[in-house]
Amino acid sequence: MSGAGEPVLEVSELAVRFASTGGEVAAVNGVSFAIGRGETLALVGESGSGKSVTSLAVMRLLPGAPACRVSGAVRLAEPDGKSRELLGLPAEAMCRVRGDRVSMIFQEPMTSLNPVVAVGEQIAEAIRFHRGAGRREALAAAEALMERVGIPEPRKRLASYPHHLSGGQRQRVMIAMALACDPEVLIADEPTTALDVTVQAQILDLLKRLQERTGMAILFITHNLGVVAEVADRVLVMYAGRVVEEAPVGPIFRRPPMPYTAGLIASVPRLPTKRAIPISVEKEGKRRLVAIRGNVPDPLHLPPGCSFAPRCERAEPGLCDRDVPSVEEAAPGHRVRCVRWRELAGSAA
Amino acid sequence: MEDGAPLLAVEGLRKWFPLGGGLSARWSETVKAVDGVSFTIGAGEVLGLVGESGSGKTTLGRTVIRLAEPTGGAIRFAGRDITHLSRRALRPIRRRMQLIFQDPFASLNPRMTIGRILATPLMIHRRELGRRAREEKVAEALELVGLSARFAGRYPHEFSGGQRQRVGIARALILGPEFLVADEPVSALDVSVQAQVVNLLLELRARLDLAMLFIAHDLAVVAHISDRIAVMYLGRLVELGPTAALLAAPRHPYTEALLAAAPVPDPARGRARVLLAGDIPSPVNPPSGCAFRTRCRYALAACAETVPTLHAVGPEHASSCIRDDLALAAPG
Repeated sequence: MSGAGEPVLEVSELAVRFASTGGEVAAVNGVSFAIGRGETLALVGESGSGKSVTSLAVMRLLPGAPACRVSGAVRLAEPDGKSRELLGLPAEAMCRVRGDRVSMIFQEPMTSLNPVVAVGEQIAEAIRFHRGAGRREALAAAEALMERVGIPEPRKRLASYPHHLSGGQRQRVMIAMALACDPEVLIADEPTTALDVTVQAQILDLLKRLQERTGMAILFITHNLGVVAEVADRVLVMYAGRVVEEAPVGPIFRRPPMPYTAGLIASVPRLPTKRAIPISVEKEGKRRLVAIRGNVPDPLHLPPGCSFAPRCERAEPGLCDRDVPSVEEAAPGHRVRCVRWRELAGSAA
Repeated sequence: MEDGAPLLAVEGLRKWFPLGGGLSARWSETVKAVDGVSFTIGAGEVLGLVGESGSGKTTLGRTVIRLAEPTGGAIRFAGRDITHLSRRALRPIRRRMQLIFQDPFASLNPRMTIGRILATPLMIHRRELGRRAREEKVAEALELVGLSARFAGRYPHEFSGGQRQRVGIARALILGPEFLVADEPVSALDVSVQAQVVNLLLELRARLDLAMLFIAHDLAVVAHISDRIAVMYLGRLVELGPTAALLAAPRHPYTEALLAAAPVPDPARGRARVLLAGDIPSPVNPPSGCAFRTRCRYALAACAETVPTLHAVGPEHASSCIRDDLALAAPG
């Protein structure tokens, strides 16, 4: 597996099953990946593809059995070169890892911050818990963190409550909390989806700068391929609980052999570029978008064979709906789950 | 674009909300959500409306179709002044202007079947229709948006987000309106489904000759569907122009910043440039003069003095920026 450095986090054969009245739902089905130091891995997929459940499973934030069963392994690299398996860790030991070595930011900063605690205290909490710092010391650290994430007048803002802050400022507070203990891995679950494009650009810029400084690995979960193109080193595409393609960001956008990835990329509306504007915007600006037909399948009734086959323009009856395709290596570091990738890679535009 | 008067003409529209904080000192404060906005939309024309959250886009959309009472200004629809029409006088006009909502989960009553949801506007506005005729119309509307007529007996929870948004569109179209306000109709959808819904709107627009005020924060989506684009900041329009011209050569620094911030699905292009620091200021106490000047990298001292108004900068193209000397960057 290629990466910027040796893997910090390695997930292998992760599977998550939820009990439901209709039977067991395999929300995540044999997902494997690794992230290196200083690397950003984007996890892409539509709602229901299992990307958030994957991140919650890594953080051990899912409910326990019998409601939910998690299997596989999540390994976090230790300084001595060995690694620690997180899924088997006792709850208390996991608490020591969570927020310290691996931390997470969520989509909705309003619902993930405590509305009745001042933001300074919320940031300081992690420092007090993991570092054993006193209140005063932790608040001073919180102030420094707020400054680092670009919150103006951090000293004054320490005593602010979440409702005093704008969406962008709240997300900065979330980031400050996540970074409080200099984590090796940051899981960012749709961190900019609820924000305006202008603020999104600021937050992405901030994350990138913080990463350059600390060398943390980022697992960036998003459905926005524009964002992926801007932040990711490598991309993992999920569909119906499985990884369907994994590759460095360049090849993914240039020539994705997997029809689902190609469809996702094609369906993103683009601003016409400068070169295209004078001649064609009048017509092109109103042209149809390339859409993927149909909807994500019901996880209780996954279609046989490739889960994407019923929506796939390139699916071949009798071939694609027979067996679940296995993952093949299309190029070094480029994995594909499609029985037809060889033919399609040759014919792709 | 149209013969004679436009379908919709909005002039100097204002919508202020009093800040009822309970403390007497605060009663005098108002939020100027929409503060002197003028534009027209011709029959069959789509005007895109963009701006950050808090810029007043949604309030403008709602006020234009009289879902919110205007504080000042005038709205003319199909040649008639509807600014102060009573509810009753407004009723025959309501069926000609409809709204599509952002959230396909919150905007459909979970306890009503799709058939009932679609039949409700008919029961209010087309009372002459019998049950059979209504059912036929419901089936027609479902098919118009690419859903099966069989779905009429089902409930919203049985559908995906994209399908629900189609139901929302069918509801807006069932009375045969000439004008739609589409308030972020695809923002809550996944990209693949978003593309389906955008295509559907493009198709319907061509087929039914619909005029639209298309509100969205995603400039790329807006560019795809709109003939002209209006850019809003803190209650005012700062730029208004034909889509191609506005994208090729934005004339307001805010438009330039919005364009620069839009993520582009091309890793070769590198990261978006951050041209805008900070957040949109509070509309209770907007900056003096040009409201954008506090975040504008081209601001001069003069920008703080007078509130700039839209002035022509090209054919059908207007900007409120006083600095006509700027050469602003287009995307790409």
